[in-house]
Amino acid sequence: MDYKLFIPEYIAGGCAVAIIGLELFMPKVRRDILAYLTFFAALAWGAASLFFVGSDPKTFPMPGTGGVEEGVAGLIQVDNFTTFFRLLGAGIVAVVALQSAAYMRDRAQTASEYYGLLLVAGAGMVYMAAARELITAYISLELLSFCLYILVGYLKKDKLSSEASLKYILLGAFSSAMLLYGISLIYGVTGTTTYDGIAAALSERGSDTDPAVVVGFVLILAGVGFKVSAAPFHMWAPDAYQGAPLPITGFLSTLSKAAGFALVLRLFSSAFTTDAEMWRWAVSVLAAATMLIGNLVAIQQTNLKRLVAYSSIGQVGYMLIVIAAIGYGDAEVGRDASAALLLHIVGYVVSTLALFSALTAYYNKTGDDSIEGLRGLSETQPFLALVITISLFSFAGLPFFAGFATKLLMFQAATSTELLWLIGLGVLNSFISLYYYLMVMRQMYLFDPMAGLKRFSVNPLLMVLTAGLAAGIVFIGVYPGPVFEGAERATNPLFDRGADIASTIAGGNEDAQARNP
Amino acid sequence: MELTILLLIPTVAAVVAGLLPQRREQDAKWVALLASVAALALSIWLFLDFETGKEGYQFVQREDWVDIGAFNLQYAVGVDGISMPLVVLTTALTVAAVLVSFSVTMRPRLYYAMLMLLSVSVLGVFIALDFMLFFLFWELELFPMFLLIAIWGSGRREYSATKFVLYTIAGSAFMLVGILVLAFSANTFDIEQLGQAEFRDTVIPLGWVFFLLFVGFAVKLPIVPVHTWLPDAHGDAPTAVSVMLAGVLLKMGGYGLIRMCVTMLPEQADDYSVWMVAIGAGSVLYGAFVTLRQTDLKRLIAYSSVSHMGLVLLGIGAMGKTALMGATYQMLAHGVITGLLFVCVGLMYERTHTRDIARLGGLARQMPIIATGLVFAGFGSLGLPALAGFVAEITVFLGAFQRYEWAVLMAIWGAVLSAGYILWTMQRVVFGPVRHEWDGLSDQKHWWEHTVVAGLVAAVILLGVYPALMMDYIGPALDPIIERVES
Repeated sequence: MDYKLFIPEYIAGGCAVAIIGLELFMPKVRRDILAYLTFFAALAWGAASLFFVGSDPKTFPMPGTGGVEEGVAGLIQVDNFTTFFRLLGAGIVAVVALQSAAYMRDRAQTASEYYGLLLVAGAGMVYMAAARELITAYISLELLSFCLYILVGYLKKDKLSSEASLKYILLGAFSSAMLLYGISLIYGVTGTTTYDGIAAALSERGSDTDPAVVVGFVLILAGVGFKVSAAPFHMWAPDAYQGAPLPITGFLSTLSKAAGFALVLRLFSSAFTTDAEMWRWAVSVLAAATMLIGNLVAIQQTNLKRLVAYSSIGQVGYMLIVIAAIGYGDAEVGRDASAALLLHIVGYVVSTLALFSALTAYYNKTGDDSIEGLRGLSETQPFLALVITISLFSFAGLPFFAGFATKLLMFQAATSTELLWLIGLGVLNSFISLYYYLMVMRQMYLFDPMAGLKRFSVNPLLMVLTAGLAAGIVFIGVYPGPVFEGAERATNPLFDRGADIASTIAGGNEDAQARNP
Repeated sequence: MELTILLLIPTVAAVVAGLLPQRREQDAKWVALLASVAALALSIWLFLDFETGKEGYQFVQREDWVDIGAFNLQYAVGVDGISMPLVVLTTALTVAAVLVSFSVTMRPRLYYAMLMLLSVSVLGVFIALDFMLFFLFWELELFPMFLLIAIWGSGRREYSATKFVLYTIAGSAFMLVGILVLAFSANTFDIEQLGQAEFRDTVIPLGWVFFLLFVGFAVKLPIVPVHTWLPDAHGDAPTAVSVMLAGVLLKMGGYGLIRMCVTMLPEQADDYSVWMVAIGAGSVLYGAFVTLRQTDLKRLIAYSSVSHMGLVLLGIGAMGKTALMGATYQMLAHGVITGLLFVCVGLMYERTHTRDIARLGGLARQMPIIATGLVFAGFGSLGLPALAGFVAEITVFLGAFQRYEWAVLMAIWGAVLSAGYILWTMQRVVFGPVRHEWDGLSDQKHWWEHTVVAGLVAAVILLGVYPALMMDYIGPALDPIIERVES
C-alpha cells in the first residue's frame, strides 16, 4: 500500500478544501485572490507530479487482496501516462483559474466552491487516466462529472446556466447508467473488473458469450462517448456549453474531453485489446458520425459558444479515429497512434484555452457571446482578434499552427488500409470546418465595429496568458518534437503492458495446446 | 544563411509595421519600402554571386527541424538556376507592390504587414528544399491574400477572397496527400533527394500521385477548368495584390510543376505529357477567346493571364529542354509584363474610378505617361519582338513543335488572338476620341509612380533584348531534369 503515489492529489484536494474553507471563515475575501490561490495550488500540484516523471510504473493494489504481485490486479497505476495527464490537468486548472478571476468577480456572490471544484475535477481526471479497474474508473469519472454539473450551473441567477446544468445532469445520469450496465455485463462475462483480468478472461471465454460482450462494449462506448460528447451522444454539449460560465465552457471542452480519452486509451489498449474486432467497427462509425455532425451543424450556429461546442465535437471525431486505429492495428501502430493522439490533445487543449482566454477578455468588456458581436474586433482589439484567428486556424489545421502538425501526425499514424475511408473523411471535414472558422474571422476583420464600440484595453494578466497560449500554439505547430517525445514516453507503459498480456496469453494458449494436442 | 536573411527581412518588417503605434501608422509604408528594397538588393547580390553552370543548389542551409516517427523534416533552403530568377522577380515585384500602395491610407499597418507576409511566403515557396517546408509556405500565403483582397479590395471582394482560399485549399489538400505518399515512400522530405529517388511500394499508384500533385499546382497556375477563381480575385483585389498575384503567385504553380511533378515523377510526367500539352494549348485558346469579350480592364488582364499560363503548361508538358526553358522564361516574362499592366491599370483606376472599358477612351491625351506604360506592357504581352513576351513564346513554340505540332499550331492561334485583344483594348482605352469626362485628371506625378512604371518598362525591355541574362541560369539547372526524364 504505497500511499505516496497520491501526493499530488493530496495537494490538489487539500488546497480545494482550504480554498473553500477560506471563504467560509473569511466571507469578505476578494474573489480574485481565490483564483490566484487556485492557480498556485495547481502549480504546486503540477510540480509535485514532476517527481513521478520517468519513474517506473507503480500500482496501488486492490485492498483486501493483500500484497498481490507487482503490476497485477492494481486499482491504480502511476506511470508516465498518469503523469502526463496530471501535468495536463494541472495546466488546464491553472489557466482556467486565471481566466475566471475577473469573470467570476463580476458575476458570482461566492466563488470558493467554484475554484475548489476546479481542483477536484482535475483530480477526477487524473484517476480516470490512472485507473486500471473499471469501478475505480467509473468513480473517477463520476467525480469529474459531478464537479462539472455544479460548475456548469454555477451562475445560479442565470436561467440559461441552470437549465444547462439540469440538462447535463439528466443526460449525464442516463449515460452513467449505460456505462454501469456495460460494466456489469463485462463483469458478468469475465468475473473481474481489473483491466488485466478482463483481458485474460476475454481471451479465454467461449464464443457463446459474444452477444453479451458486444453489448457491453457498445454500452461502455456510449457511456464514455457521452462524456467526450461524441455524436449521437452529443446533445447535451451545445446547451451546456452555452449556459455555462465562459471559462467553464473552455474547461468542459478541454479537461473533460482529455479525461475521457485518457480513460478510453488505457481501457481499450489493455482490457479490450484482445477482442478488438468487436468494438472497432463501432468506434469507426462513431468517429465518422461525430466528425460529420459536429462540423456540419457548426456551420449554422450564430452563438459563439455553440459554435465552439460543435467544433469541439468535430475534433472529438478526429481523435476517435485513433481509437479505431488501435483496434485495427498491432501494438506498434497503437503506440504511434496514441502518442500522436496525446500530442493532438495537447495542441487542442492549448488552442482551446487560448481561444477562451481571448473570448473571456472580450466578454468581460462586452458581455456579448454571439458571433455577430465580434464585428470589427480587429479594430477595437487587434490582439484578441489575432489570437482568436490563430486558435481557430489551429482547429482547422492550417500550417504553422498546432492543429496542422498534430492532425498530420495523428492521421499519418492511424493510416491503414481499413481506415483509409475514415482518414479521407477526416481531411474532408477539416476542409468543411475551415468554412465556419472563416465566417468568424470575417466578422472580426471585414466589418466595422458596431456603433459606439471603441478600442478597449485588456486586463494585463489575461493579455499575458493569452499571448503565452498563442505562442504555445505556434510552438507546437512549428516545433512539435519536444511535446511529442513526452507523449511517446507517456504512451509507452500502455503498450508495454499490452505486449506483456499478449505474450502471456500466447504462452497460455501454447500451454493449452501442449496439453490438448 | 543568406537566404534565411532574405526571408527574415520581410518577416521583421511585417512585425514592425504591424506593431507601429497608432499615431505613426502612416509610417508603415516606409518600413515596408525599406525592407522590400533591402530584400531586392540582397537578392540581386545573390543573383550576381550565383555561379551559373554549376549543378545543384547554392546558398544551401540545412537545419534539423522535426524528427518524429516517419517525419524527419528539415529547415532546408537553397536556390538553383530555376528558383534564383524567380526570387529576384519576387523581391522586385514586392518593391513595385509597395510603391503602388503608397496611396493606401486605410489601416496601413495591417495592410503592409500582410503585404510583407505575402512576400515571405512566396519567397519561402521558391527557396524551400524540404517538401513540408514548401507546403507550409504554400499555405501561409492564403492568410495575407484573404485579408488583402477581402479588406482592401473592391466589388464582391469577400466572395472573391473566399473563393480564392477555398480553391487553393482544395488543391493543396490533394497536394498534401501526394507529398506524403512520395515522402514516405522515399523516406525523406528533402526535395533534392526526392528529385533523384526511385519510388517503390507507394500506397497508391504513382500515376495517381502525379495527378494529386498536378491538381494542387494546376489550381494555382491556373489552367482551365480550375481557373475561375482568378478573374474574381484579380478583379476585386487592390492593385498591389493584383501585381503580386499575377506577377509571382501564379508562378508558384509553374515552379511546382517543374520542380516536383516533372523532376520527381518524370516517367508519369512523360505518360501524361500529351494531356498536359492538350490542357495547356486548350487553356491558351480558351483564355484568349474569353479575354476577347471582357469589358472590365482587370478581368481582361486576368483572363489573358490564364491564356499565358497555358503556354507555361504547354512548355512543361512538351518536356524538352528548350520547351522547359521557354516555360520558365514565360513565367518571368509574364511576371514583369502583367505586373506592369496591373500597375498601369491601377493608376488609371485611381484617377478615373472605373475599369469599364466602354467608359474609358483617349486617355493618351490626359495621361500620356501611364498610357505609354500600358502600351508597352500590352506589346510585351502580345509578343512583340524585342520585348520579354516574344522570347518566351518563341522558345516554348520551338521547344514543343517537334513533339506536338498540333498543340503549337493551336497555341499560335492563341498568340494571334492575343494581338487581337490587346490591340483592340489599347485602341478603346488609350486611343480613340478623347473623352472630356476625364479632362483635368492628372497623369502620374509622384516619384513612386514614376519609379514603378519606369523600372518595370526597363525590365520588360531588358528581358526582351538580353534573354541570356536569365537563360544562362535556367538552362544548366534544367540539364539534370532532362537527364532524368530521358533515362
